[in-house]
Amino acid sequence: MQSKTKELDPILEVNNLFASIENLPILKGITISVNPGEIHAIMGRNGCGKSTLSKIIAGHPSYKITKGEIKFTGNDIQSLEPEERAQSGIFLGFQYPIEIPGVSNLEFLRVATNARRKFLNKEELDTFDFEDLVKEKLDLVKMDSAFLSRSINQGFSGGEKKRNEILQMALLEPQIAILDETDSGLDIDALRIVASGIKKISNEQTGIILITHYQRLLDEIQPDYVHVMADGKIIKTGESDLALELEKNGYEWTDNFIEER
Amino acid sequence: MVSENLVKDVVTEPYKYGFVTDIETEKISKGLNEDTIRLISEKKEEPEYLLNFRLNAFRKWQNMKEPNWADLGYKKIDYQDIIYYSAPKQKEKISSLDEVDPKLLETFDKLGIPLTEQKKLTNVAVDAVFDSVSIATTFKKELAEHGVIFCSISEAVKDYSHLIEKYLGSVVPANDNYFAALNSAVFSDGSFVYIPKGVKCPMDLSSYFRINSGDSGQFERTLIIAEECSSVSYLEGCTAPMFDTNTLHAAVVELIALDDASIKYSTVQNWYAGNEEGVGGIFNFVTKRGKCLGKRSKISWSQVETGSAITWKYPSCLLLGEESVGEFYSVALTNNLQQADTGTKMIHIGPKTKSTIVSKGISAGNSVNSYRGLVKMGSKAIGSRNYSQCDSMLIGDQAAANTFPYIQSQQPNSEIEHEASTCRISEDQLFYLQSRGIEFEEAVSMMVSGFCRDVFNQLPMEFAAEADKLLALKLEGSVG
Repeated sequence: MQSKTKELDPILEVNNLFASIENLPILKGITISVNPGEIHAIMGRNGCGKSTLSKIIAGHPSYKITKGEIKFTGNDIQSLEPEERAQSGIFLGFQYPIEIPGVSNLEFLRVATNARRKFLNKEELDTFDFEDLVKEKLDLVKMDSAFLSRSINQGFSGGEKKRNEILQMALLEPQIAILDETDSGLDIDALRIVASGIKKISNEQTGIILITHYQRLLDEIQPDYVHVMADGKIIKTGESDLALELEKNGYEWTDNFIEER
Repeated sequence: MVSENLVKDVVTEPYKYGFVTDIETEKISKGLNEDTIRLISEKKEEPEYLLNFRLNAFRKWQNMKEPNWADLGYKKIDYQDIIYYSAPKQKEKISSLDEVDPKLLETFDKLGIPLTEQKKLTNVAVDAVFDSVSIATTFKKELAEHGVIFCSISEAVKDYSHLIEKYLGSVVPANDNYFAALNSAVFSDGSFVYIPKGVKCPMDLSSYFRINSGDSGQFERTLIIAEECSSVSYLEGCTAPMFDTNTLHAAVVELIALDDASIKYSTVQNWYAGNEEGVGGIFNFVTKRGKCLGKRSKISWSQVETGSAITWKYPSCLLLGEESVGEFYSVALTNNLQQADTGTKMIHIGPKTKSTIVSKGISAGNSVNSYRGLVKMGSKAIGSRNYSQCDSMLIGDQAAANTFPYIQSQQPNSEIEHEASTCRISEDQLFYLQSRGIEFEEAVSMMVSGFCRDVFNQLPMEFAAEADKLLALKLEGSVG
């Protein structure tokens, strides 16, 4: 990729981050830096802190940062509310997108899109203009417009929920997208649709972090870097061949990095 | 947690109707006995049958016990410590709005209900009730051209005595319950509506109830009669100042629908609810009932209950006429230490009668919100049907929601369907919306509106928008 050869300011920098939930330490010194145009994969066993890292970057209120910093385009974001982070261009694709009964998906997407547009000093879209935009983006993830009139994620299959996440990413055009196990629960066709959607949305300006257990997503989207996490730390960083190695050898070796409690 | 602090910041949103109008009032002394009732009746120059109606009710009330089945917790009401009649001092006879005390007009202006000719709302006629008396009714003349009578009940007693004598107490008998009996004995004013045969009321009618005085109760009485093939949409709004004492509000509303008539009765109740510690606020003990007397008649209640320290209210339908229809759509919101026990009774008496109940209860803070409803199929209610849906939403982890559906059927050839659900606004749902750039408060309000949509759809347009705003305001920051 071209961007890597240039000297660019990173979009996201996580420096020596420690965080806990209800006094239980989860992250124990994470450092990661994502430059424009880069794709990073974070892999590791369940419970190693991958999802926590993604939620903390997005601003989940349940976690407490005890040490370290998170910088987005050079600025510390610790004091920002989740919505401010989202408006400024941080996107989290959830592992388990939650159902919100009664709230129309279309209305939700429009309010979210306009919040982001307002931040970018772009004109907010009315219902009609928004419908045009959303229909265009629906094609990216091969979703039917019937999804729009339903409540957010309610009664969606696992695959539909994940596609709805990518649709949101397409509408919000984030600078960095952290996709938490977007591949889990998808059959191979849905996986390809989601992967091609992600590829179409990303460009040399955006950074992507893929959190996954499996190689199969990385077959579709080639990462520049692969990080392996265990017990709240990154224990190894390599290029895409590291993922293949994991696929072959499994995660058992990472258990050696777990501290005795 | 971030959100918890936010809660406290915003929950202190002041009640914006809490002001008191400084006006000279005529009050009778505290206490209740037969003389009080004679005095009220005399002040209103009532005919004898009405005085007897009052006295009769009072005697029955004396032998009744205050109900406690709703399990509401409140300090015992001292009925001798209440002023039963309080009216702003005015000229003896008021022939036009120009003679109304400007302070009163100003008060209603401030409440968003301008009454004067120049400023009055254009699409709705208003009867403005201040403490014990009706101040003014707009569009009377225009309505009269259609034969529609819309006036205070005191005027109706004078001008349409035959209708009052025929219908008053015909839906809610004087001895119906403790608070209805009290109201029947001491009611001071309220609204009267009569829609003649075949007339579709040309505009929405509305009553606005304002309690101003801190130590007097408000006991209003509303009577609406829809003759054959007529229809009317009636709206009701209520506010009160902030006092640290509790004020009793015990109203009675009676609706009568004859053949093919339809009455839609909508309420947005925003009485002062008391402060965060539960001090002050209105005790709202109300009996509302409609009688679908005629064939294919229809009565529809919709209510948005957001105020009062205590709400005890069950707008009901007696479905007598064949194929008559009763509806109840309710949103009840409680916050802080508010208590609401509200629901409906659908009494199916005639054949092929239908009723629908949609109740949405939202409890936040330390409040308790109960739905209590009865669906009864009488022995002649062949082919009758009911559908009930009762949903509760909990906000935070200190609030409580209850559902008490009572079902009685004496007719095997009838159908009763009941659905209930409880949900909680979770931190994860909020985080999901926030992580898409939606502000915390907008996220809460989106979820609450979504929850209430089925009911809001039933409200008249302007009311629905108002209700949406009101809920958002009341809930600001109540999520922890």
